[in-house]
Amino acid sequence: MSATTLPMQNSIAAVSQMSSARVWRAYATEVKYECLRALRAPAFSIPFLSLPIALYILFGVLLAGSMSHGDATVARIMFVNWSVFGVMGPGMFGFGMFVASEREQGLLTLKRALPMPEGASLLAKMVMAMLFAALVMMTLIIAALVIGHPRLTLPQYAGIALLDIVGSLPFCAIGLFIGTRASAKAAPAFANLAYLPFMHLGGLFYPLPKSVQPLEFISPAFYLDKLCLRLVGAPNMDGLAGVIGPSAHAGPVLCLAVLAGVTVLFATLAVRRLARVG
Amino acid sequence: MTHSCLAELVGVRKRFGNVVALDGFDLQVRPGELLAVLGPNGAGKSTAISLLLGLRQPDAGTARLFGLPPGQVEARRRIGVMMQEAALAAELRVREHIELVASYYPEPLATDEVLARTNLTSLANRPYGKLSGGQKRLAQFAVALCGRPSLLFLDEPTVGLDVQARATMWAALRQLVGDGCSIVLTTHYLEEAEALADRVVVIARGKMVASATVGEMRAIVSRKRVSCSTSLAPELVAAWPGVQSVNRDRGRLEITTSDSDTLVKRLVNADSGFEGLEVRSAGLAEAFTELTQEVAS
Repeated sequence: MSATTLPMQNSIAAVSQMSSARVWRAYATEVKYECLRALRAPAFSIPFLSLPIALYILFGVLLAGSMSHGDATVARIMFVNWSVFGVMGPGMFGFGMFVASEREQGLLTLKRALPMPEGASLLAKMVMAMLFAALVMMTLIIAALVIGHPRLTLPQYAGIALLDIVGSLPFCAIGLFIGTRASAKAAPAFANLAYLPFMHLGGLFYPLPKSVQPLEFISPAFYLDKLCLRLVGAPNMDGLAGVIGPSAHAGPVLCLAVLAGVTVLFATLAVRRLARVG
Repeated sequence: MTHSCLAELVGVRKRFGNVVALDGFDLQVRPGELLAVLGPNGAGKSTAISLLLGLRQPDAGTARLFGLPPGQVEARRRIGVMMQEAALAAELRVREHIELVASYYPEPLATDEVLARTNLTSLANRPYGKLSGGQKRLAQFAVALCGRPSLLFLDEPTVGLDVQARATMWAALRQLVGDGCSIVLTTHYLEEAEALADRVVVIARGKMVASATVGEMRAIVSRKRVSCSTSLAPELVAAWPGVQSVNRDRGRLEITTSDSDTLVKRLVNADSGFEGLEVRSAGLAEAFTELTQEVAS
């Protein structure tokens, strides 16, 4: 830096200063329009808001309720498992589809050139995915309260909702990673390649045989499900069926550590790639 | 860098694999000027702009924006950007896009003023995805100027615009320059550079081949265009000294020559009945073609 650059740098730094209030307002504006945008995209909002409640009532309440003759433990497991299913999609597909399409359309590059506050776009998408997770939880809780199935206390409902909303972060990070690497057309397919195995290996729908149970460890859904079930004092599907494999011993600390690790790992990989190649 | 320069590239080299995009390239953007950056496809224009915007890092040399590294947010708060390849979110309305980007700046223009300047007031509540191609370009332009920038980067801003929309954008650009804003404009429309630019930079094969005002650029090439109605055969005229090309167009000969005086004298001697004589200096298009062909050869 030469001596002649200093006056200009100082004057530019002075005129370019933004108050903290304005910077926070910029973050808030980014969040507001990201949420509006997702709500206005019917291909995204309709399936992710309607499927969890529809599938929970059909399979979790009517089918499982009938087959278990109204067993209270089964009712709790069904509610928790379908709530985990409900918060996975917005994170993985919201990030995957929107980031891939913004990257392909050059919008992310434009925002890098513009003075958008650091990380505002990713933060906005994260809040959007968590908002969708909150909406999914709200619909499931209202349905559960109306139907009376399962009979949980309000703190239990609130605890599960909170865990699921925060627990959507690893899925956001994985979706973000996919979005930074795949094209807009390929992103949903790649998201499905992770989403479907995560659901099934997470033990959300049926118990896994003992020989397959080690595969549960690769699904973040398994860990989130275990944490939420612990809140309501219910076993997971494996435990319900009495299939006690290695995954039965996964404690809350391990579950929290894996979920946090997955979030940090995939978010770091994705952010580094975005900074390097846009 | 001194106060007389808002953005600059000094001795910049940038390579993509085996392709050298910029090779020892220098560029300066001065306050209050509209600088047109011209060059054939693949010449290095977009790479130069991406270095100034901090989207890429040079392999060698320096890029500065307001004396700061281009990626620094304080520098970017003084610029506006319109990219040729960047589409805005289809679900948001024009007004919302302006409000969103304006929130990034310390002292943005009022949204209604931006809409008025870009002739988008009647489309303010229309989703971006439902705009025509030209309207989308205007919306991108509105987003570029909403932050009250001191320096505006416009990449092919009038591609796809109809005559009226192009006039709107030209008027807005002139108003911005009149207000003291500097503009860096890359364009394939040479008449656009000719009409708007204070200075023109021509890039070819990663090197700057000319930097001058439009008038100076015309003077760089000595060729003249001579046009007249004559019965002479084009092949005969093409063999005369100094004649570089001859075309017949609806009964008229269009002749490019390095010596128009001698050509006209020979025309008078060879065909006393010729009429409708026109002699004009080469325009920016001819200058551009000659400069870039020189580099190519």
